Amino acid sequence: MSDLRDLYQEVILDHNKHPHNFGELADADRHADGFNPLCGDKLVVYVNLDGDTITEVRFEGSGCAISKASASLMTDSVKGKTLVEVRELFDRFLNLVTDEDAADDGHALGKLAVFAGVRDYPARVKCASLAWHTLRAAVEDRHGVVTTE
Amino acid sequence: MSSVEAPSVVESAFDVQRIRRDFPILTRSIREQNLVYLDSAATTQKPQPVLDTLANYYATGNANIHRGVYLLSEEATAAYDRAREKVQGLLNARAAHEIIFTRNSTESINLVAQSYGRQTLGAGDEVLITHMEHHSNIVPWQLLCEQVGARLCVAPIDDDGTLQLDEFQRLISPRTRLVAVVHLSNSLGTINPVQDIVRMAHARGVPVLIDGSQSVYHMPVDVQALDCDFYVFTGHKLYGPTGIGVLYGRESLLEQMPPYQGGGDMIRSVTFDKTTYAELPHKFEAGTPHIAGAIGLGAAVDYLLSVGFEGIGRHEADLLTYGTNALSEVKGLQLIGTSPNKASILSFVMDGAHPHDIGTIVDSDGIAIRTGHHCTQPVMDRFGVPATARASIAMYNTHEEIDALVKALEHVRETFAV
Repeated sequence: MSDLRDLYQEVILDHNKHPHNFGELADADRHADGFNPLCGDKLVVYVNLDGDTITEVRFEGSGCAISKASASLMTDSVKGKTLVEVRELFDRFLNLVTDEDAADDGHALGKLAVFAGVRDYPARVKCASLAWHTLRAAVEDRHGVVTTE
Repeated sequence: MSSVEAPSVVESAFDVQRIRRDFPILTRSIREQNLVYLDSAATTQKPQPVLDTLANYYATGNANIHRGVYLLSEEATAAYDRAREKVQGLLNARAAHEIIFTRNSTESINLVAQSYGRQTLGAGDEVLITHMEHHSNIVPWQLLCEQVGARLCVAPIDDDGTLQLDEFQRLISPRTRLVAVVHLSNSLGTINPVQDIVRMAHARGVPVLIDGSQSVYHMPVDVQALDCDFYVFTGHKLYGPTGIGVLYGRESLLEQMPPYQGGGDMIRSVTFDKTTYAELPHKFEAGTPHIAGAIGLGAAVDYLLSVGFEGIGRHEADLLTYGTNALSEVKGLQLIGTSPNKASILSFVMDGAHPHDIGTIVDSDGIAIRTGHHCTQPVMDRFGVPATARASIAMYNTHEEIDALVKALEHVRETFAV
């Protein structure tokens, strides 16, 4: 069970139970739908922009603990950031959850570092990255549903 | 035990421990614990005789079949033909040439859709399926309907996952050209009353395809008694290799159907002006087939029949009852699919824990279950869940394995403080 505790850290379980920024953002500037056909996870990410800075971001949908906590922590960490900063954060995050040799990038990622355990569960990487792919689609104003496949 | 008959009685009794010894993978450890394999509805494990048959074929019998004039090719051809006869025996088909080897159930259904379907259906015609079909028995018909302008009709199911037979009968219209139904639902475990379905459809002159992917390894199937027109299954769920599947078709229908794929082996003669096609079953088996797979499937059929459906059925029914009761006592757990007539499948959801998380957590206890929509998204929508966790039972499973699952589900509850 020790490996499992690396994956299901308290922070992740808390955000799963009580997600931040959860619910529709009425009159959002941008939004996109994300879908993980593998497990049926569905979410919508809403974004308000001021120039290229994210001023407000919310999400809603259903999914596993990893995808829900990831969406919740993502919304916390991108608010107030520029799109360039968000893209950098996304790259670092993807690196964290996929690359076994990745150095612990805890400082740059802040609370997002709790997802480091995901890299030992390749089948769950898509759960952790769905919200980020969907956010990117939203800010790039891409239409259609983003899927992880 | 001194009676002369006693040894044969003992021999015919179902002994799960003896069965387990035939499946080498079951001794594997997963994350430092004994593997508990409860995902046989996705694919079954393979018994030693199937593994030996595959290895022996490649080690001592490999040659391309048909037209070889040398002994090795004749032997391979004979083994391939024997495999077809074994499948004929399994399904009790009238003739071996009513058995077509394909890649899997999906290809078998696509074959019927594109050959029989395209020849028979036109604009405004209908294909009737049920709400509990696997995507492989939905999408080929959707493709066909788009191609010919036909309509896909769906018979509803009850809250416990039972087909609404009255509605089904009502939906057979003058425009229905084909009925396609699953025998045993992979996500709910429901056993459909296929005999009634065939009778109702035939009363209106409509042929019936039955998807037997989940049924053939749990219960005896007799296509003549069922009187169905097509019956499909896949080898890898019947303790056989992947990549080999079966289409049974009624001879009179197969005869009138055009080829599905063109190529070698399916022709009688080829000129640039005119090609004539081979007899059944070769008309539908273009190219070098999965020879080893077919022969391995034959070995799997032998193994299944040597264990016997009577013992398998009793053991699996006992496990299903035991599992249903045990899971029902897990707090916050809800079974999805509780039809009175069901087999082998325990699909469930738990309060506060997504199926995907359930799957990861029980895996840490060495337990393999499937989580997700099980290629039946309309079923998930029908029950208002994004996914389920599914434990599925085969002949080698034990009561202790069900206990292990229940114990692991307590870890799920602890993790999520349900």
